[in-house]
Amino acid sequence: MYFTSLVSVTLFHRLLRNRAGESVATEHFIFLLASRIQNAEKFDEMKGNEMETAYNYKEVMSRRERLAPGHRMCAGCGGTVAVRAVLRALHPEDKAVVGNATGCLEVSTFMYPYTAYEDSYIHNAFENAGATMSGVETAYRVLRKKGKIGEEYKFITFGGDGGTYDIGFQSLSGAMERGHDMVYVCYDNGAYMNTGTQRSSATPQFADTTTTPAGTVSKGKVQIRKDLAAIMAEHHIPYVAQTTFTSNFKDLHTKAEKAIYTKGAAFLNVMSPCPRGWGYEPAELMNICKLAVESCYWPLYEVVDGKWILNYEPKNKLPVEDFLRTQKRFKHLFTPGGEELIAQCQAEVDRRWEELRRKCEA
Amino acid sequence: MAIRERLSGNEAVAYAIRQINPDVMPAFPITPSTEIPQYVANYIANGKVDTEFIHVESEHSAMSAAVGASAAGARVVTATSSCGMALMWEELYVAASDRLPVVMALVNRALSGPININADHSDSMGARDSGWIQIYAESNQEVYDNFLQAYPIAEHEAVHLPVMICQDGFITSHGVENILLVEDEKVKEFVGEYCPAHYLLNEKEPMALGPYAVSSYYMETKRGQREAMKNARRVILEVAERFEKMTGRKYGFFEEYRMEDAEYVIVIIGSAAGTCRAAVDHIRKESGKKVGLLKIRVFRPFPEEELAEALRDKKAVAVLDRSEMFSATGGPLGTEVRSALYGAKSRAEVVNYFYGLGGRDITVEDFEEVYTKLEKLAETHKAEDMYDYIGLRER
Amino acid sequence: MAVPYRKGNSDQMKRNDINERSPWQDITEGNQIYEPATSRRFETGEWRVSTPVYKKEKCRQCLLCVPVCPDSSIPVSEGKRGEFDYDHCKGCGICAAVCPFGAIGMKEGK
Repeated sequence: MYFTSLVSVTLFHRLLRNRAGESVATEHFIFLLASRIQNAEKFDEMKGNEMETAYNYKEVMSRRERLAPGHRMCAGCGGTVAVRAVLRALHPEDKAVVGNATGCLEVSTFMYPYTAYEDSYIHNAFENAGATMSGVETAYRVLRKKGKIGEEYKFITFGGDGGTYDIGFQSLSGAMERGHDMVYVCYDNGAYMNTGTQRSSATPQFADTTTTPAGTVSKGKVQIRKDLAAIMAEHHIPYVAQTTFTSNFKDLHTKAEKAIYTKGAAFLNVMSPCPRGWGYEPAELMNICKLAVESCYWPLYEVVDGKWILNYEPKNKLPVEDFLRTQKRFKHLFTPGGEELIAQCQAEVDRRWEELRRKCEA
Repeated sequence: MAIRERLSGNEAVAYAIRQINPDVMPAFPITPSTEIPQYVANYIANGKVDTEFIHVESEHSAMSAAVGASAAGARVVTATSSCGMALMWEELYVAASDRLPVVMALVNRALSGPININADHSDSMGARDSGWIQIYAESNQEVYDNFLQAYPIAEHEAVHLPVMICQDGFITSHGVENILLVEDEKVKEFVGEYCPAHYLLNEKEPMALGPYAVSSYYMETKRGQREAMKNARRVILEVAERFEKMTGRKYGFFEEYRMEDAEYVIVIIGSAAGTCRAAVDHIRKESGKKVGLLKIRVFRPFPEEELAEALRDKKAVAVLDRSEMFSATGGPLGTEVRSALYGAKSRAEVVNYFYGLGGRDITVEDFEEVYTKLEKLAETHKAEDMYDYIGLRER
Repeated sequence: MAVPYRKGNSDQMKRNDINERSPWQDITEGNQIYEPATSRRFETGEWRVSTPVYKKEKCRQCLLCVPVCPDSSIPVSEGKRGEFDYDHCKGCGICAAVCPFGAIGMKEGK
């Protein structure tokens, strides 16, 4: 009904294939040089962290893979990186049912007869991942009560921002309000990528999308982003968190584990960049995430039983311009007259950051 | 011994649900089906059933949760009407395509707009292509009996399709009638335990459901659904036979009333058949004219051959539709009956009427007038209109 | 592609392949699949336009490359990564970008 897009996925790969291999390799090389030094520092830092906390990186990375390869997501897709990380937080001995709203992830990870999931999986439609998993979780409670199921199951459902912020918002709200023992994970790439990058309520202001194209009159998307994690927190469910990919994935892993093993409804908002929709080289994924976090465009926080906790505060908050500059969807902001728009972006990031800090200090 | 009671159609459905004790009921209130989830909620509140109620925030979510719960391995029931079913529309197709034996108590009510809360069949007829088995009732007794037969049909391994048990809003849903109920133990035995072969929570093997099926697979999938619908014909009759053994009450695809020698026949679905029956008796008694009634019980799968066999040698047939479909040439039942008769090379005259839209009353006199018109049609072979209304005000 | 046909026993399941030439009778009921991770049989490695090269001698087994792979193509066993799964790696290069030790290079083509 709402997706078109194996066509666009295929198209993208065709583009990649047609592009001169040499230029791809060169871009890679420059990027590698720039990031290598930082990463070496990160590694040492990470090893230090490991000593202090229960996060055993090697153990976690050695866990059995629950998202199999062979799915048709684009090369460099942030979505499956998010899915892998969340599923990795499942205790290896636990069973799970994975749900999915219609979107890139669904049409690419379960193309008949190829499922990429090691666990049971259900896709129903675009706007009802919350309600569908409500049904699965309720069935589990009854069947367990009746003694028909003995083993422990966990329920995790994934939706893109289209299926979560927008068309599936009501279904999500209902599922969270009813308090089903499940986790809803939004892999937020800030547009309807499956149908070819149309704007969603998660799209940042001024982003160039196929339904908010930047032109001679338009400056891209007019509105600012909906703050979904905050709205979910207002449901007063036991656990809500916002995260993305950091180099050792500790933030995402810890949050996913808490979300899965907290009794009751939990919501995770995971920024999952889309190289095609955002317009950047696939290899740059981790750099993009880093800039989003360091500029406070995408703050890492959690709300545990109503208590707001800021998980990371950059030592030197980078200008949001550094994040915007990496992506073609903001290209028009870097043409004459764009300074004012970038200033507006900065003001919005600052406003939200301060608001979040106030909530976390209170 | 059967239990004698006086129940409304909604009460009868709720009573059947209590006896069946399904695992999960996601439902959202809508007139005139609201009482059903209310009664079930009461059973739950008083420990009479093990059912878990999901207080969904819309009918779309009701059917979505039903799909999830059924896929997970639970026996699922829901109830709705009219716009509630319209909101489920997308999900009706998914439930059928996923081959999930969900059972729905549908209390037929006219679709908006304009908003109207009374009986007609526009809701279920709008969903006639969704892949659900549709069984209709004339009386509270039939609603109850049909409901008891729903799961054995839906869950049969040759079928695995969702079933909607339809009754006319307010007319049967709220009308209290004498009813014979089956004892709890007998119901349990008749319906049996639900033990699906494949489900999400099967500890022995995972299941993946709801793929993106490219064009190389979609058509074959639909063909599989058709096979299940074909199998449902046999299974519906087998279940009816088993039901007759238990209760003595006989069911088939349709009920024929004084049809053996009938020349003029009305084909109808639902509660208005009772009024038509009175007209048949009255005409036969007063004038001896050979009039008969054929009341459709099973609309999906459509009993084309059997219906054609029953009607092919009649002189004239009036098919009465309780919903429009705006083809500007007739209603859904009219179209299908005509098609069946054409296939059987019948020479019967067929005329299509709309009646009772949005709860408009239909009387014994109305039916008598239809029989008079059929008689005239059989003589002249000329219908004034092949597509007419009963009880419509006209200038 | 060997995916079980619903009504078969496990031996029949192995024999019943589902592919784009399968007759409708062999398509699983409700398009349900009763086997985990069948996608492994689809080789996305063919999509690659550039290829990561694992230089084992430079690798310090930090495993930073493991979670960033969108295609689960860096197998880990007993705390150590192995050779790339070239049947599935799409060559996005994220792993090479995050490696602190220059243990992953990118080469043109497959």
